[in-house]
Amino acid sequence: MLIIGAGVTGSGLARDLSLRGIQSILVERRDFNAGASGGNHGLLHSGARYVVSDPQAAKECRKEGALLKRLAPHCIEKSGGLFVAVEGDDENYAADFPHLCAKCGIQTEVVDVREALALEPVLTPRLIAAYKVADAAIDPFKLSIENIADAQQHGSTFLPHSLAVRFDIRNRKIETVHLMDTLSGRKSDITADQVVNTAGPWAGKVAGLAGIRLEMIYSKGSLLVTQSRIATRVINRLRHPADGDILVPGGTVSVLGTTSVRIESLDRYRPTIEEVDRIISEGAAMIPVLDKTCYIRAYAGIRPLVNIQSSDNDRGVSRGYALIDHATDGVENFTTITGGKLTTFRLMAEKTADLICDRLGVSRPCRTKTDPLPETTAGRWTVPGLAPRVWFKNRDSKDIILCECEMIPKSVLDSIIDSIREQHGHPSLTAIGLRSRLGKGPCQGAFCSTLVTAYLYDQGMLQATEGIDELKTFLEARWRGQKPLMWGAPLIRAELQEAMQCGVLGLELDPDA
Amino acid sequence: MPQSETIHCQLLVIGAGMAGMAAALFAANRNISTVQVGIPGEILYASGLIDLLGVHPIEKRRQWRNPWSAIAAVSRSLPNHPYARISEKAIRRALDECLTALKSAGLPYRHYKDRNADVVTPAGSIKRTYAVPDSMWNGVTAWRHKRPCLIVDFDGLKGFSARQIQSVLRDKWPALRTARVVFPNQHAELYPERLAQALELPAIRNRLVATVLPLLKDAKALGFPAIFGIYQTMEVMAGLQKNIGIPVFEVPTLPPAIAGLRLKNAFEQILPTLGVRTLYHRILTRAKASKKGHFSFKLADNQKVLVIEAQAAILATGRFIGQGLAADRNRIHETVFDLPVSQPEDRTQWHRESLLDPAGHDINKAGLEVDDNFQPLTTAGRPAHKNLYAAGSILSHADWIRMKCGSGLAIATAHAAVNAYLENRNQRRREPLTG
Repeated sequence: MLIIGAGVTGSGLARDLSLRGIQSILVERRDFNAGASGGNHGLLHSGARYVVSDPQAAKECRKEGALLKRLAPHCIEKSGGLFVAVEGDDENYAADFPHLCAKCGIQTEVVDVREALALEPVLTPRLIAAYKVADAAIDPFKLSIENIADAQQHGSTFLPHSLAVRFDIRNRKIETVHLMDTLSGRKSDITADQVVNTAGPWAGKVAGLAGIRLEMIYSKGSLLVTQSRIATRVINRLRHPADGDILVPGGTVSVLGTTSVRIESLDRYRPTIEEVDRIISEGAAMIPVLDKTCYIRAYAGIRPLVNIQSSDNDRGVSRGYALIDHATDGVENFTTITGGKLTTFRLMAEKTADLICDRLGVSRPCRTKTDPLPETTAGRWTVPGLAPRVWFKNRDSKDIILCECEMIPKSVLDSIIDSIREQHGHPSLTAIGLRSRLGKGPCQGAFCSTLVTAYLYDQGMLQATEGIDELKTFLEARWRGQKPLMWGAPLIRAELQEAMQCGVLGLELDPDA
Repeated sequence: MPQSETIHCQLLVIGAGMAGMAAALFAANRNISTVQVGIPGEILYASGLIDLLGVHPIEKRRQWRNPWSAIAAVSRSLPNHPYARISEKAIRRALDECLTALKSAGLPYRHYKDRNADVVTPAGSIKRTYAVPDSMWNGVTAWRHKRPCLIVDFDGLKGFSARQIQSVLRDKWPALRTARVVFPNQHAELYPERLAQALELPAIRNRLVATVLPLLKDAKALGFPAIFGIYQTMEVMAGLQKNIGIPVFEVPTLPPAIAGLRLKNAFEQILPTLGVRTLYHRILTRAKASKKGHFSFKLADNQKVLVIEAQAAILATGRFIGQGLAADRNRIHETVFDLPVSQPEDRTQWHRESLLDPAGHDINKAGLEVDDNFQPLTTAGRPAHKNLYAAGSILSHADWIRMKCGSGLAIATAHAAVNAYLENRNQRRREPLTG
């Protein structure tokens, strides 16, 4: 059993299958959540957002949201949510909203405007309607780490940095999948009975390896992270989904988004200044402080939408998932699952696993809808504020803090490095950052990256110029998220960072010149 | 009502970074009655190395061995670069005057006459610079001749890994070895400042010597992170060297570092003795120019309101870190006089897609336009104020980070601005009064 793509769906599928006694190998071109799973709002939808455009998706969100709150509470902050309309918004939309929610079984509670302002004082006084819903915040990184960990616990294997480069197809079946280690360039191959494509936006590419044409629409969504948390609850604009109309809490920060921009290629996608300014101006209509607050990072994700219907507006394309049995395309042991949303990842994994079990003649029932997702050490460190709490409690004066913004001590780093090793990964700055808060504070990695690099050299984990190369890669990746937000304080920090990394260390120069 | 005091002076230097410090020094050396305001915070981030010019053109990443040839090349191809307005002779004089003053404050520097020096950084990269603190010079020669060398680091001192330096440079400097030792009397997390203070005590120094002696073996030089004292660097170094028996040196640490602190301390020590009235850590709340071209500034602190009446001013407030410039989502402003800032058309042009793009970011070339007297200009190209001058990184057309010209440019333009002020003043005195 081979799964290609370690986003939430691939990770969830690996766990689902392993709980049914089917062990899998989960391969990933980069590291987990490298695509849409790592570039979203972290919103566990109540479903209310889709009651008008996609009632089916709305119902799925409602069910899955409730289920995940019960089974994976450690990945979720039950913040609750508000839908608010402001002066000038479509009043009919607001008026129909509670009935449409009720039709999908989604509970809403009407809130008096004054009360809404008391609940969330950052809201504009120009509110005209407000409803409470059961939205929540979910940490997609922790979610994938825990799903992968539980799958490994049940005998499955995770192989990061493994790119599927070629399929050998014989007798209408994929016989061998050729892999390339994207770090070392080393090649290997895997024979599998079943191959599932969970590559998200790259699903079309993976299907292409089997000679199958899968028409995808790429919809880029950009989001902004504030330096401090703005609101307690998820706040949605009560209108037809548009840009900059959801603010989701993420521990110590808030995430504002998103846009929906059709792009043609997956090669270079990043948030633009134009998007950032649009998101801020839309968001500020609902929450005025968003115009003045400090943003520390912007990022973009790609919604993988399968082109079932053509539409000029990608928000109209179904956010439901597509489960494609490629037997109809002439490849019997190949399946693609794509589209969908973070909230419904488990359901997508369940349906896919059902199909696979059916093919393999396995009749064990799905357990991810009944068994709680265990919490592991590996998944702990994405949670804001945990590292400093543990550090304070232990009071070990030799346990030096290496990331000062997020207060990550050496001991936490050691624990993360161990877990990366267990996952056959390479403990780089990027891999550590993915599994912790490293580089996510106001300095955006300018200081901690050099401190951690020195530490990794000390531990013998970096040799020769490897660390310098990794430092550059890490800083460039952070830069993509900093660049559109360069004014005020972040601009000052960026200048300081450049003065250090280029002025003193000369990282931009050719060391052999 | 808070108390109020009015201070009269000939020249107000606004800014306490490298350019402001140098301007105050040059003014005092010329018997100009000088007041300096600013927050000496930025200088703490100075590397302590005095760059003159290292790279040009930046998009070609061409590094220069001879800084004077590099400056000549810049003056030819970038006529608006501040260096293009200053002669080589004047730049040399400015540097000499500044380094002489630093030496008198116990912070001697060393440099080749016509050659940039290469300094090993804590990342293991090589930083090309001009004047290097004496305490780091043995490292320059050890690297230049690839001598057998030992670099020692300390258990608990984060951000400084001798092993990293050695590993990165292993092919280029095979005779470099490293050792990690426990700093005498220190446990847990170490802070460079505390270590530097500790080394000013001979007893601690001797214990460190005893720790490192058995590790020397064939080493012909011994490097430490930059912790040779804060005020008595040369004494600390001499003490270590005498007992160790081979040349010792400091490897710069990442800012904010002791080397920046020493610069700040040296200037803070020199300037008042030369008669500069320094008013640091107060906020400038108002700047007004009179019809005669004199300035009135208001400073606020907790106790009283200070009014400074100055005949002229030098603006050396720096860029964004120094807060001489500030940016909102749409444009870049100058913060004291709201002078026009030469800048890219809009925010999309400020930065490039890649942080390390060799061409550098256009925002780093934004700044004040000046004339040959270093007087800031209006958009019409005339001096914005009769008696206002500008120096340092706030000037446009110089990407100091990428060209590696930060301190040299600060010192040279401060020198040029002070001299231009003097010349203008003297000229006016010579002119017959009209009207």
